[in-house]
Amino acid sequence: MKTRDIFTVYFKELRDTLRDRRTIITMFVLPTILMPTLIFGFGFIASKVVRQARAETPTIMILGAASSSAVRSALEAHPRIRVVPAADDYRTRISDKTLRAAVELPDDFDAALARGEPAQVRIYYYEGELKSGFAAGELDRFFRDYREKTLQARLDSRGLPATLLRPFDVTRQNVAPPEKVGGNLIGGFIPYIIILLCFTGAMYPAMDLTAGEKERGTMETILCSPVGRTELLLGKFLMVLTGSLSTVVLAGVSSAITIPLGGLLFSRGGGAAAAASAAASGGTMPLIDPLGLLACFVMVLPVAVLFAAAIFTLALFAKSYKEAQSTVSPLIVVVILPALAAMLPGVELNAKLALVPLLNVSLVCKELVSGVFQWDLLALIFGSTCVYAAGALALAVRMFNREDVIFRT
Amino acid sequence: MIDARHLTKVFHDKKRGEIRAVDDVSFRCEPGRIYGLLGANGAGKTTTLRLLATLLKPTAGDATVAGFGVATAPERVRASLGFLAASTALYGRLTARETIAYFGQLNGMDDALIAARTKLLADELEMHDFLDRRVDKFSTGMKQKTSIARTLIHDPAVLIFDEPTLGLDVMAARTIVRFVRDCRARGKTVIYSTHIMSEVEKLCDAIGIIHDGRLLATGTLEELRIAYAESDLEEIFVKVVTGAGKAAA
Repeated sequence: MKTRDIFTVYFKELRDTLRDRRTIITMFVLPTILMPTLIFGFGFIASKVVRQARAETPTIMILGAASSSAVRSALEAHPRIRVVPAADDYRTRISDKTLRAAVELPDDFDAALARGEPAQVRIYYYEGELKSGFAAGELDRFFRDYREKTLQARLDSRGLPATLLRPFDVTRQNVAPPEKVGGNLIGGFIPYIIILLCFTGAMYPAMDLTAGEKERGTMETILCSPVGRTELLLGKFLMVLTGSLSTVVLAGVSSAITIPLGGLLFSRGGGAAAAASAAASGGTMPLIDPLGLLACFVMVLPVAVLFAAAIFTLALFAKSYKEAQSTVSPLIVVVILPALAAMLPGVELNAKLALVPLLNVSLVCKELVSGVFQWDLLALIFGSTCVYAAGALALAVRMFNREDVIFRT
Repeated sequence: MIDARHLTKVFHDKKRGEIRAVDDVSFRCEPGRIYGLLGANGAGKTTTLRLLATLLKPTAGDATVAGFGVATAPERVRASLGFLAASTALYGRLTARETIAYFGQLNGMDDALIAARTKLLADELEMHDFLDRRVDKFSTGMKQKTSIARTLIHDPAVLIFDEPTLGLDVMAARTIVRFVRDCRARGKTVIYSTHIMSEVEKLCDAIGIIHDGRLLATGTLEELRIAYAESDLEEIFVKVVTGAGKAAA
């Protein structure tokens, strides 16, 4: 094997690819702007929408409570809601978003409370609609406070202590370090993104260097050169691998810069992102073990080789770029499914799953970002993925040497 | 020199079954001569040339190119030949200079030699104006010149042309024809495949008429005229492919 020939082909393909706008966008631009777009763009919009929703004083309708002026007055005096006159079409108005929520009370609500009898309060709102949800939340809080005050008044009137109905308090204390919390929350998402980027990064150069070359007529030109088919394939393969890895690395670097910046920006601004993440983690900002993240990239190396070789082989059969696209694109489903399966609750890494391609890497990456290093399983996964990658590469070499594949008509 | 002996190529097609694209083809071409392979579309010309260029492996038979066997030393064969066809396109995103240099590197040439050969070829083909421009912006003529330079960068002993003027305008076609003549003058072994009779009459020292994968007639133009009692090559070609037979001696 002539290494010089491999690199001659590789550097030519690199130069050629760097001049292709379509590949540049997929390989470099998209992965670089993906995270900033998600964090700043999506985060900014989400934050703005939530802020606007919170700033609005929701319109509320009181149904019933005809002879319950106390509760009605308390509701009307609440500064964060605006009571509108009752009407029969409250459901339609909530659906049409002209009314945010309605609360239904028995006519004798005040009297029932005074008698110590149970009373039912029903809140109507539109599930999934942000502003309606906020309105229902306000009503929830109002009636929780109202219940507490009623309870306190009853205990006071009987000279009983508050601890009678609340003999003890329960608090929860998180013992997991922030990176474990982060790993569990977003650990499944990270390998999913990495694997997907790894695949899309390989896809376009692989199709361009095989079916694209056949279509443009340059494949026959290069096959007439004295370079061996294996060297030619390896040069092209290295380019595809470069595409795959550069996509992942660029996305990684971009994320490493964007995520902390985004966290800082939104937490300073008291935005939704900070609130959401803090709420989701029980008050702890999720962190990722940086060593684990680095280990993820190492584990993804043989996956990139596997993808590059597999896509290259498939695209080689196609006669045109378009045909290659329709052959290779469905493969995304095959790639995404194991990565998604790794996100399912209860799917834990074991020796058997360590041999299932892609699922094994997805599962182990989830553990790695949480700071868990199971060295025996890591070795098994890395080794088995290397074997699959070598198999795929050997298949690519074999196919590239088949004239019925190269000159398929 | 090119020496083809009983070259045969069989393809297997699911619908059409066994296809003998090249069937027992033998011919020889000496240095300083042009051998014209004449045949209709689908006659087997391209497959024959692909066998000689080692792009395909023969099912039976053998051939030597510049003394190297196509089956035993395919890489040495490719290093000894330049292959120019309508189907051998150029990389649109490279410049003409980069294209020529790339093929020089693939032929194991060092940078100094590539630079010297590029200058020589650019002088001969009048390419200096567009040498550093990207190929995808070229006119057909510029592309043809770049293709010629790419084919000649390693100064091969053998040149194979597969319908090189297909789809070209008159001026671009003339460039090719002039270039093929120059190759002969420099002592190169040349195979020229076409279905255009006038090109064969103008260029070729020997002619082989191929039809349905078989080489049905071979000889100089004069020999064929005498054998088929026709002065017009087109009439000779029709007689050969329809099996009208040779004239009585």
